[in-house]
Amino acid sequence: MKSISNLRNSIVDGETSACGTAEAALNAAEKLNESLNAFLEIDREGALSRAKAIDAKIKSETKMADETSALPALPLAGVPLAVKDNICVRGMQASCGSRILGPYQPPYNATAIDRLIAAGSVIIGKTNCDEFAMGSSNENSAFGPVKNPWDISRVPGGSSGGSAAAVAAGIVPAALGSDTGGSVRQPAALCGVIGLKPTYGRVSRYGLVAFGSSLDQIGVFARQASDAAAVLQVIAGRDTHDATTAEVTVPDYSAELNQDVRGLRIGVSRALLGDGLNAEVRAAIERSIEVYRELGTEIVDVDLPHAKYAIAVYYIIATAEASSNLARYDGVRYGFRAKDAPALRNMYRRTRDEGFGAEVKRRIMLGTYVLSAGYYDAYYLKAQKVRTLLRQDFAAAFANCDAVLTPTTPTPAFLFGEKVDDPLAMYLNDIYTVTANLAGVPGISVPCGLSADGLPIGLQLLGPYWSEARLLQLAHAYQTARPLNARPKVHA
Amino acid sequence: MPITEADIEKIAQLAHLEITDDERRLFAPQISEIVTYVEQLNAIDTSAVEPALGGLTPEGEQTVSSRRDEVQPSLGQGLALDQAPDAAAGHFRVPKVLG
Repeated sequence: MKSISNLRNSIVDGETSACGTAEAALNAAEKLNESLNAFLEIDREGALSRAKAIDAKIKSETKMADETSALPALPLAGVPLAVKDNICVRGMQASCGSRILGPYQPPYNATAIDRLIAAGSVIIGKTNCDEFAMGSSNENSAFGPVKNPWDISRVPGGSSGGSAAAVAAGIVPAALGSDTGGSVRQPAALCGVIGLKPTYGRVSRYGLVAFGSSLDQIGVFARQASDAAAVLQVIAGRDTHDATTAEVTVPDYSAELNQDVRGLRIGVSRALLGDGLNAEVRAAIERSIEVYRELGTEIVDVDLPHAKYAIAVYYIIATAEASSNLARYDGVRYGFRAKDAPALRNMYRRTRDEGFGAEVKRRIMLGTYVLSAGYYDAYYLKAQKVRTLLRQDFAAAFANCDAVLTPTTPTPAFLFGEKVDDPLAMYLNDIYTVTANLAGVPGISVPCGLSADGLPIGLQLLGPYWSEARLLQLAHAYQTARPLNARPKVHA
Repeated sequence: MPITEADIEKIAQLAHLEITDDERRLFAPQISEIVTYVEQLNAIDTSAVEPALGGLTPEGEQTVSSRRDEVQPSLGQGLALDQAPDAAAGHFRVPKVLG
């Protein structure tokens, strides 16, 4: 499959068309959805109409002189993309994988979506996910789980499993997800694609349905690091609609991709390669460390002494923030409302009981508990203090290296049903990914091999604030040296 | 700390969730186990540590987000009510408040 820049250039040069490209992506999405359940909505009509407009624009702009042509402002002209169903796209649904939003259609675009559309891309549909992005397997979607394209008896990871599967199966070259504790990187690892979570404040959260507001970031799935760079380039940067976006210059991510990695320092924490890590994942990570050594990077030891507490900190802070953010689903202003409640209070409670699934209720209750009178200091305040210690761990590590390398997940994709009755076991899938959200640093998952069963394994690179260019460069160097040539069983 | 079914009922009330008996029986041991797990944080001495406040980077903290207090375009009443389960006469209609 073509890279995004090749695809875009062939559309702009007239070798192919945005309409033809959109048609192919829509056909693949419709056909493969029967086996993958990756899309909750496929917008054939809307996508073809946007593609047609792009083709017309290319035709009229091509006639103009280079200096007046708007084509350079369309870096993603005709590129089909998929978007997780918790990011608002006008004219499409936004269910967040939940019944409580009913037939909700947001009346506005997320800022990331506005920018992608302005860049000429064609959004073909909304992807399935764990309800309100809470889950690591997609089994918490109210609309049935996404299947892993490498083995449909296994989970695709979560929560952005639909976006990961759509990219892995070759339906679209890139997709958006959201990452609160690993929800982009973990499914990327399990589906054998690139998954990038930017620095907190790099990409606007305006129009991303809130889960844990101090942790959430929109992230990018792609097969190649260069494609992730092309999409991040468009969506990154300050947005006045999100006060937490930072005034930090957006570098040219594609320009820095091919820079030499020799002399860069990669930190490895031996403590993170110990107990609980699947032997095949450990072996793949050890091999990838050797690959980076061969590429001329220096491997140094780092210590993240508080990383072992990250899951405990995360499930206090994330659930506390979720319990507050999800208070808005009350059956009053939009979405589902339970019928025949005698009074307002009953209506709220019944709507939320019938509308939310078990995991969302568990997390709302856990968050309510840790914030409740008498427990706030013991749980929430304590967790915020340990979060400070974790941030200090990363600051110390990055004083000595350019990136920290870890596994993305402790195991390859597991079977449906394997962990569904044990929430804590499910939470431990996120052991390597939650640290980045707590510290606010960027992270990327890069495919680094297959298990004996043919399941993808991912390595994770974490970098200092605003180091996305460096992470993409390191990912690109790895993919160039060790491309994952295998394809999943279910593929367009 | 063990979480009882009575605790679950109290938490559900605080969270405006009407949960069933089955859910109460399911959630009590699960939430107990998670709370016991997170209590490992008690082993860390944090007496001299400032709590993190939100997720901002140093650059994010320095970014000025204030703007002039001027009216900006907004959704408008029509769109705001468009998807309400029960809209009436420019309002959101709800069941009676006291019942």
